[in-house]
Amino acid sequence: MEHIRTPKVEQVKLLDRFSNKSVTGTLHLTATHLIFVESNSTSAQEIWILHHHIASVEKLSLTTSGCPLLIQCRNFRLVHFVIPRERDCHDIYSSLLRLLRPVSYDELYAFSYNPKQNDQQREEGWQLIDLAAEFERMGVPCDQWQLTDVNREYKVCETYPRDLYVPITASKPIIVGSSKFRSKGRFPVLTYFYQEKKAAVCRCSQPLSGFSARCLEDEHMLQAISKANHNSRCIYVMDTRPKLNALANRAAGKGYENEDNYPNIRFQFVGIENIHVMRGSLQKLLEVMGTRSLSMTDYLVGLENSGWLRHIKAIMDAAIFLAKAVTVEGASVLVHCSDGWDRTAQVCALGSLLMDPYYRTIKGFMVLIEKDWISFGHKFADRCDQLDPDPKEVSPIFTQFLECVWQLTEQFPQAFEFSEWFLIQIHEHVHSCQFGNFLGNSQRQREDLQLKERTYSLWAHLLSEKQNYLNPVYSLSFAESHPVLEPSTQAYHFKFWRNMYHQYDRSMHPRQSILKHVLTLKESNRELEGTVQALKTKLQAFGVSTSPLKPQTPPRERSLPSRPQSLILGAPLLSRKEVQQEEDEEVLGEEAREDAPASTDGERTVEGSSATENGYGELTGSFGSKNEPAVVTLEFGVARMTC
Amino acid sequence: MEFAELIKTPRVDGVVLHRPFMPTVEGTLCLTGHHLILSSRQDNTEELWLLHANIDSIEKRFIGSLGTIIVKCKDLRVIQLDIPGMEECLNIASSIEALSTLDSVSLMYPFFYRPLFEVIEDGWQLFVPEEAFKDLESMTDEWRLSEVNKDFSVCPSYPSLLTVPKDIDDESLCKAASFRHGGRFPVLSYYHKKNGMVMMRAAQPLTGTNGRRCKEDEKLINATLCAGKRGYIIDTRTVAVAQQAKARGGGFEQEANYPQWRRIHKAVERSNVLQESLIKLVEACNDQSHSMDRWLSKLEASNWQSNVKEILTTACLAAQCIDREGASVLVHGTEGTDSTLQVTSLAQIILDPACRTIRGFEVLIEREWLQAGHPFQQRCAQSAYSNGKPRSEAPVFLLFLDCVWQILRQFPCSFQFNENFLIMLFEHAYASQFGTFLGNSVAERLKLLLSQKTVSLWSWVNRPQELERFLNPLYEPNNLVIWPSVAPQSLLLWEGVFLRWNRSSKCLDEANQEMVHIIEYNKELQNKVNSLRRQLAQLETEDGPLQTP
Repeated sequence: MEHIRTPKVEQVKLLDRFSNKSVTGTLHLTATHLIFVESNSTSAQEIWILHHHIASVEKLSLTTSGCPLLIQCRNFRLVHFVIPRERDCHDIYSSLLRLLRPVSYDELYAFSYNPKQNDQQREEGWQLIDLAAEFERMGVPCDQWQLTDVNREYKVCETYPRDLYVPITASKPIIVGSSKFRSKGRFPVLTYFYQEKKAAVCRCSQPLSGFSARCLEDEHMLQAISKANHNSRCIYVMDTRPKLNALANRAAGKGYENEDNYPNIRFQFVGIENIHVMRGSLQKLLEVMGTRSLSMTDYLVGLENSGWLRHIKAIMDAAIFLAKAVTVEGASVLVHCSDGWDRTAQVCALGSLLMDPYYRTIKGFMVLIEKDWISFGHKFADRCDQLDPDPKEVSPIFTQFLECVWQLTEQFPQAFEFSEWFLIQIHEHVHSCQFGNFLGNSQRQREDLQLKERTYSLWAHLLSEKQNYLNPVYSLSFAESHPVLEPSTQAYHFKFWRNMYHQYDRSMHPRQSILKHVLTLKESNRELEGTVQALKTKLQAFGVSTSPLKPQTPPRERSLPSRPQSLILGAPLLSRKEVQQEEDEEVLGEEAREDAPASTDGERTVEGSSATENGYGELTGSFGSKNEPAVVTLEFGVARMTC
Repeated sequence: MEFAELIKTPRVDGVVLHRPFMPTVEGTLCLTGHHLILSSRQDNTEELWLLHANIDSIEKRFIGSLGTIIVKCKDLRVIQLDIPGMEECLNIASSIEALSTLDSVSLMYPFFYRPLFEVIEDGWQLFVPEEAFKDLESMTDEWRLSEVNKDFSVCPSYPSLLTVPKDIDDESLCKAASFRHGGRFPVLSYYHKKNGMVMMRAAQPLTGTNGRRCKEDEKLINATLCAGKRGYIIDTRTVAVAQQAKARGGGFEQEANYPQWRRIHKAVERSNVLQESLIKLVEACNDQSHSMDRWLSKLEASNWQSNVKEILTTACLAAQCIDREGASVLVHGTEGTDSTLQVTSLAQIILDPACRTIRGFEVLIEREWLQAGHPFQQRCAQSAYSNGKPRSEAPVFLLFLDCVWQILRQFPCSFQFNENFLIMLFEHAYASQFGTFLGNSVAERLKLLLSQKTVSLWSWVNRPQELERFLNPLYEPNNLVIWPSVAPQSLLLWEGVFLRWNRSSKCLDEANQEMVHIIEYNKELQNKVNSLRRQLAQLETEDGPLQTP
């Protein structure tokens, strides 16, 4: 690779973000990854960082021990290297600067990533999600809704998919007319159909109404949507923006629906802030959370000042409003914001997830993302900074959606087939550019890039490791008894998502993971059931009838359940006993690290490593770092005592 | 005094009970000497039995002749009673007020409670100092059991038997006691088997402004150090607070007089500040109208989570000194009955796996809280809804339980008990049918004849049928020191206590049940596999299968 000047640097120090701990190792720079291999042979941890994951590289001023290099990743990892020689540091720095700014799509990892699958397997991967089948599942087309071919050639709206569903009474001229009256041509189309009440969730962009403009076709369009629902005479129009923002847009010839011109609509502002506010909010949040020796006061004040949870709650409130209107009132709802690809996607997707248990399954969640985010043109390339970065376009809109789902899993632990690791893994890959799904800004662009021929689908990959993402307490009967989720939006229900934003800061996580433990047991239950069956068959060969066997006194020899090769994210799993033994043998540090938290098996598949780190370090790392008064005093005390 | 005098209206019909997340119940309200009872007198409906002692405060409201009493309980629950008839309502309210604020301990319910179960194992015998000392003796001969306080004259808040360094005679102990606040001279709190280091606790030394010293005190604590070894004194107060204490006759150990000891100051809040913190926290949790910003700012302003973090950090520090630095530790604050006990007991949970079992935890509470003289009766007289000026109430014990819960969250497989066990202890510390948490010291408890006249909480808890509710299905014993993270991101609000009555826990409970089911099913399957294997092995050794191919 012409951009790599120094492929390998030895004696590099990796500093822990929150304590004074450091390890020494070798830094390797490859075409796709930055790799750090610890030199200590017993616990050699490896850190693989994909270039696409790097958000920024910073070279700090030279210190006595070397040249510090600070790398910030989009998956919220932060690594701090100290490179002995400044020249090496500079080489790595400038190579990275070039490598993390790909200039063309061809440079993205997805186009070189090869998981050793043949063409047929790849094709099957891409066929896993079929949106036509999804609309059929909802009961569309039906007597009121039909598939339109108006956008077959992307002529009406470039950023919409080819296949769109509209009311049967919406003729082509109405569609085309309406699209001309909407930002970026994004006219109202169906995204979710609530069969039980025949109520529709539609989405679009803002109308180009300015102060007084109107468009008969657009008015007809909304009426057609209204007429398609016999349950309710009127439809809700949710403008997900704060009113002030919508008003400001009027001056630019855009704006919102005038209730006088649209009969039978109920107009509602929801007040979700725009992408710039969200970007700033996350930045503030991360700044606070990255502070060393953070006090509780600064943590809570910082959490409040960042506004992050307030924004999460606003999105949730909007989704709940949508779900209630549809499921309780049986009304159809039209959702829009400005362009209809950020807040609209958040609210439509989250609202559908509240209404339909299918979207709470692993497969269904993939379908939901494919539908409301990918096909309807959420600008992943821009928002996630994949290529040719415009910092003003970057925003954690999709991350917020994932977080809202996580907040729901906290309130409804049995409602989701997947655990938070599924959400975190998706987040990882939205930024990894390893799979084709999230590349580009629209369906049309993805077709131009021939992604289905040249890259692999993330969904196939995730399904192949499905067992890692299962929620062990998921219950089908819960889904049946709670088809619609009604979360509480009390402020105290919204929590800081530590496992997302501190995914790689292992010292902060619970040392033993309930999730992982129960998942292992559930897996082992399945195997044990098989063993019981096999043993029974064998016994039958002896002519023994085996059905009424009751659990007997504990056996002398306890047989451990055989465990799956890996649990979460491909870390080698020792059996509990083995771990225990190892710990007992450890002379110096007896630390409980029985079950490394699932999250800390951080060398994820995307980074292609299976090395695990040991333990969680010395005490200073766990309850104090340099600035912590306790430890300072302690160290100070020791120092003074020795001299 | 007769309770009947206080009960102006013993019975009212047509009372409606409102509780959050539960259907309203209409029925008859009865007042007895110790309980408020509401029963709909129908089969299959739950009756409300509320101990008067559990009532923290009440509020009355009237709309026409319909009166409403809002009852706020020490376990933080808030219920509403709609009582027809103004006079009835006023009578009920004043009766409740009188009955829930009885001053005399001997009128408390535990003295009237007769258990409906057979006491198999007397909880009053749970912790016997002599036996505990025998265990210690098997590990070291450096210590002895002193009877210097057998009539509680040396230190009224200490128990009669105390573990002290072998070489220090009772006379020196008396002198050291006169140098420490409340006579609380340094005694053994914990012996770390792994390296022989110890943790001691005491009250502040009475150095005063003129820097008094006490040779016996110095000798006493130096006796716990091996030759050439150093130790740490963890003062739970900040330097400034400790300095101020001098003016009131208190103070801290001067370096010059304790050259082998290094003093570390921490900032654990004193008990009077904690009560305010609890009141603010509960107020924030109960207000349903909060926006996100307001909630976070009120949570912050309560300072509760900061207190949790500070106490945990201090306990970790003590544990670090002992386990990592290989040094002995002396912990004290001002009186040595509050923050000191929080720190010493939490450090033991971190260091000693035995404290993470149900038995061990009970013994820890018995030893480090009840016997060590934490004034439960004063501290738990009122809880978060008290409107009066706080006298000596403070959620010191609740904060300790919160810290234990934080560690439990981080090490969910390392504790034999579950969250319910901790919540149960919180409830019983504030209002109980058992005598365990009555009184402020061993001396007071003896005077009240608690062990003869009341039932111990442990007698009830340790019955197998009760214990079952408190077992942690994930428990797998380990012998490790468990170091919790004290980063603010790792510490959570204890929802099980503070949001308990403000949210529906149905979904969480069901998920928990499902988890227990998976674990139990696993055990069942393993047993089945083993028994089948044995059966098969037996058959195979006896004779081959019938149709060997």
